[in-house]
Amino acid sequence: MKILYFSWIRTKIGKDKEVVILPKNVKNGSDLVDFLKTKGPKHADALKNKKVIRMAINFEHTALNHPIKKNDEIALFPPVTGG
Amino acid sequence: MIKIQKKDFNPQIEIKRLSNSKKDIGAIVSFVGLVRERSKGKRLVSMKIEQYSKMLKKEIAKIEERARNKWKLEDVIIIHRYGLLKPGDRIVLVATASKHRKSAFGSCEFIIDWLKIKAPIWKEERSPSSGLWVKSRRDDFRKATEWKN
Repeated sequence: MKILYFSWIRTKIGKDKEVVILPKNVKNGSDLVDFLKTKGPKHADALKNKKVIRMAINFEHTALNHPIKKNDEIALFPPVTGG
Repeated sequence: MIKIQKKDFNPQIEIKRLSNSKKDIGAIVSFVGLVRERSKGKRLVSMKIEQYSKMLKKEIAKIEERARNKWKLEDVIIIHRYGLLKPGDRIVLVATASKHRKSAFGSCEFIIDWLKIKAPIWKEERSPSSGLWVKSRRDDFRKATEWKN
């Protein structure tokens, strides 16, 4: 699965994207965040507060508890500040 | 028309293009967003605008479509810049054209309100001593969601 990071989540993790192989127990975005937090201290720090993490699946805003599939493009980011 | 670009735009040229596009336009309302010189008491050196390019155009198109469903519009231009900008630089242009002024006023405000909370863009304000990511404002969320569908 391809995961993109933006804004301070990107800078804290230190990369803008990565490819991960999902464990079977990862069913939705919230599970994914919990799994990513185990990848190291930078991931754990960047993703510690789910309240400020937003997700897009295949370029659509979705709730964090939305189911995910292995071929999805997932983006994790803080609330947007467009305009 | 939606444009996502690094380079600056000229609002006058864009508005002229809009008014030339159809002859049934009686009103054009435009909004231009600029980089402020100061933020929370700090002088800004620059603002970096980050975007999720594959999602941004789709998201803006959805907002435009909602505006067109809500008001009878003759034409719409939305331009959003990204990259490194300086205080005073233009960030965004929204211009809406309609037969009468009410639709143009309402739709222009609607579009910018929804860009604030849906367009996948993040701004980093850089002062001489630090860089701070702009936080989303609860007020922006309230204002956008106040519009009735």
